[in-house]
Amino acid sequence: VRFLPAPGRDCATELVPTMVPVLAEHPLVRGPRFRRLKIGAGHRLDVKASGVFVLGISHGNKLLTDLYNCHLSRAYTVGGLFGKATDDFSDTGKLVEKTTFDHITREKLERVLAVIQGTNHKALLMHSNIDMKTQEAYELAVRGLIRPMGKSPPIITAVRCLQFAPPEFQLEIHCLHETQQYLRKIVHEIGLELKSSAVCTQVRRTRDGVFTLDDALLRSQWNLQNIRSAIWSCQLKVQAEIERTL
Amino acid sequence: SNLPSPVEQEQAKAKPLPDLNAEILYEDWDDVPPSSALEEISEEEAVQIIAEPLLPLQSSTLRDYVDHSETLAKLVHLGVDLSQVEKHQKAGQLLLTLDFEKDIKKILLFLKDVGVEDNQLGTFLTKNPYILAEDLEALETRVAYLKSKKFGKAEIAQMVSRAPYLLLFSVERLDNRLGFFKNELGFSVKKTKDLVIRLPRLLTGKLEPVKENLQVCQIELGFQRNEIQEIVFKTPKILTASSNKLKQTFDYLHNIMGIPHHMLTRFPQVFNSRLLRIKERHMFLTFLGRAQYDPAQPSYISLDQLVSLPDEVFCTEIAKASIQDFEKFLKTL
Repeated sequence: VRFLPAPGRDCATELVPTMVPVLAEHPLVRGPRFRRLKIGAGHRLDVKASGVFVLGISHGNKLLTDLYNCHLSRAYTVGGLFGKATDDFSDTGKLVEKTTFDHITREKLERVLAVIQGTNHKALLMHSNIDMKTQEAYELAVRGLIRPMGKSPPIITAVRCLQFAPPEFQLEIHCLHETQQYLRKIVHEIGLELKSSAVCTQVRRTRDGVFTLDDALLRSQWNLQNIRSAIWSCQLKVQAEIERTL
Repeated sequence: SNLPSPVEQEQAKAKPLPDLNAEILYEDWDDVPPSSALEEISEEEAVQIIAEPLLPLQSSTLRDYVDHSETLAKLVHLGVDLSQVEKHQKAGQLLLTLDFEKDIKKILLFLKDVGVEDNQLGTFLTKNPYILAEDLEALETRVAYLKSKKFGKAEIAQMVSRAPYLLLFSVERLDNRLGFFKNELGFSVKKTKDLVIRLPRLLTGKLEPVKENLQVCQIELGFQRNEIQEIVFKTPKILTASSNKLKQTFDYLHNIMGIPHHMLTRFPQVFNSRLLRIKERHMFLTFLGRAQYDPAQPSYISLDQLVSLPDEVFCTEIAKASIQDFEKFLKTL
């Protein structure tokens, strides 16, 4: 910035600040303009798990806290293996015991899953702090909007068996406020209920609130254009969800 | 717009003061007292006073000095990236103390003589500003040494532009390093020269990681000495790669994909590529049932095609599937 005499005036009594191109502003001297990027992460994803992972960039971090307060559910695909039990419930841990699994059939598995879903449904109703005898509660339940709007232990809203080929099986789990280790523990407990043992081989998040696999970007797609188009397409969904809940 | 003038007045009055002091010595007591700093002067005079901020005595960037130093200005015009130079230790101080006409010009002409292109001078000096402080005769002895070892002029130019620190090393050091590579790898003189021309970083980098990598190749990966020689000659980058990554890549290739040693000797480029890429493509091929790496069987897929082709070509030709299928499969991993 330099103070130069105002142009077009004879008696030059005014000084006007003007930007003069100076070598100190050259990009080679100044360095890159953007050096750091503030990125915040949505719900945690384990090292051994994979799937949709929501990230917020600089100003988007505020939306992340809003999304967290919406308490939306997440969908996982969990793969398991009968016959083994390890100390950390996954297939890379130390082996604790081996059991037979010939007696397990699909109906028994589905029965166990129904029991789990029932208990979790009761926990859901208890933690959502809504008086069960009101008309309002009935309407919310009909629309499926009963959710715990505060802190609560992990709750499973729906479980379904996708594939069953002994010893392998695959489940689809919709849940709230959970961690991946809790899901692996559930797999272990399913094994115990069926009088056998099970370990979890794969945990994959297919949906995180409003973000699905289709919106997700692959490793090879991590460049500026794709990120911008992804942000653009998700903006409307996020706005709608936040306005609906708050 | 009258605001700038009083501030500049006070700053500018610092300049005329020495003159006033000289006048005071020759004046008598009865004369008009000298003008004080708070006197009002006319607007035209005020506008004509130019007061610039002083140069800082200490600064952590070269930005403050660029406007006032011809050397720095000429270097910027050449293409030197000063924001990266100032991150080196003491390089910024060195550049400020040097004078363009006397020292830097001689060294630049010398570099051009050696064969570095004009447009490469900028990047060269960005990576290695210390060369401007070197003695011209020492540099010339080193180039003469390289020529005596029968490196051609174009080859020396290539090596110097790719490894800017090369000319900083003394003749004995270069000699030691060339001898080291000859002994460790068991190559003839001509092969060592070829290797060094293709990867001059070998001469400028540290030697311990190279030794470690060679040990790893021999002991843990189980390659024979002649196999190691072949691999290193085809891809010298393996010597500078990180040993952990090397071990992980080899583990996946040998144990999970089931590729024997002699195949890896024929296609060592797989060690250069990322493990994740190899994993993804291999899993996709097993999913399609086309993972066949044995040349004796039909529908065989060679390792270098697996690794070096871009995604679209890989999908259409090798996997015979579309890219959308590949992406959907990757999302299920």
